[in-house]
Amino acid sequence: MADHVEAVATGSRWGGGVAPYAIGSKKLGMWLFIVSDSLTFSVLILVYAYLRLATPDWPTPFPFSPSIIFASVMTFCLLSSSVTMVLAVAAAHRQEHLRTVLWLLATMILGSAFLVLHVTEWSHLIHEGVKPFENPWGTPLFGGTFFGLTGMHMLHVTIGVIYLGIIAFGFGRRKFSSEDVEVSGLYWHFVDLVWMFLFPLIYLMSVKPS
Amino acid sequence: MSASNEHAHGGSKLYLWVWGWLLALTAVEVFLAYIQLPANLMLTLLMGLSVIKAALIVAYFMHLRFERLSLFLTLVPSVVLCICLILIFFFPDSLRMQQLGTG
Repeated sequence: MADHVEAVATGSRWGGGVAPYAIGSKKLGMWLFIVSDSLTFSVLILVYAYLRLATPDWPTPFPFSPSIIFASVMTFCLLSSSVTMVLAVAAAHRQEHLRTVLWLLATMILGSAFLVLHVTEWSHLIHEGVKPFENPWGTPLFGGTFFGLTGMHMLHVTIGVIYLGIIAFGFGRRKFSSEDVEVSGLYWHFVDLVWMFLFPLIYLMSVKPS
Repeated sequence: MSASNEHAHGGSKLYLWVWGWLLALTAVEVFLAYIQLPANLMLTLLMGLSVIKAALIVAYFMHLRFERLSLFLTLVPSVVLCICLILIFFFPDSLRMQQLGTG
């Protein structure tokens, strides 16, 4: 955190300019973005839940092997990318530039692995005939909710990988501060957090009965 | 972060512990999907586990536990309140649709 924030945060309450949260404005901005984005995802998830509750024969098309195992591997990639991210932030606070950039690259590789696996899964489903408004299992809206929810999340992961790339480049060249790395970390962890809800709701609740 | 704050963060050992817990809880979720419980029980258990996982991520990975309480009190109750409002206004209607059989 920048020194001026510390100074402001410990200033006199009546002297003006007290920072009630004792964090930088970038970090507060990212937190507020996360609040609004979490509501976006909440509404998307609720729409999915609404449609599913209101539809008597919602398809449950994912066999445990391979679909669920495949999705579990994707979850593992994203969870692990959160750990490499948190290690990057810790290294950035210690001003270890090279180590920070390497951890950020590891995070980007794991995020990209998630994306590649996800795109593979999408193309398999599209080959099976799942489209936003039609699919082989009845209930046309199944495809719409599936692609809508996972697509929105994929967009976030894609933007996250690009964002981390920019941060890694800038921090490596001493253009960005450790706070910038921390703020990008908040975003990345949020994307991971959203998947913690999408994975059970989309995949684990739709296991094909054996 | 100041130097004194850095110590309170627990270091990479803590992060690896949290990671281990997250993986373990995910494994429990996948196991639940494998044994295939009734849908209502399954949904309750999965959402309970997911909320725990989300709390772990927010508290440790996103450092909210080490920030001022005022930040937590601003962010978390507002999100929870908004989600509850959405739930209250939308969900009864989906159950009504089910009863009408208009799905």
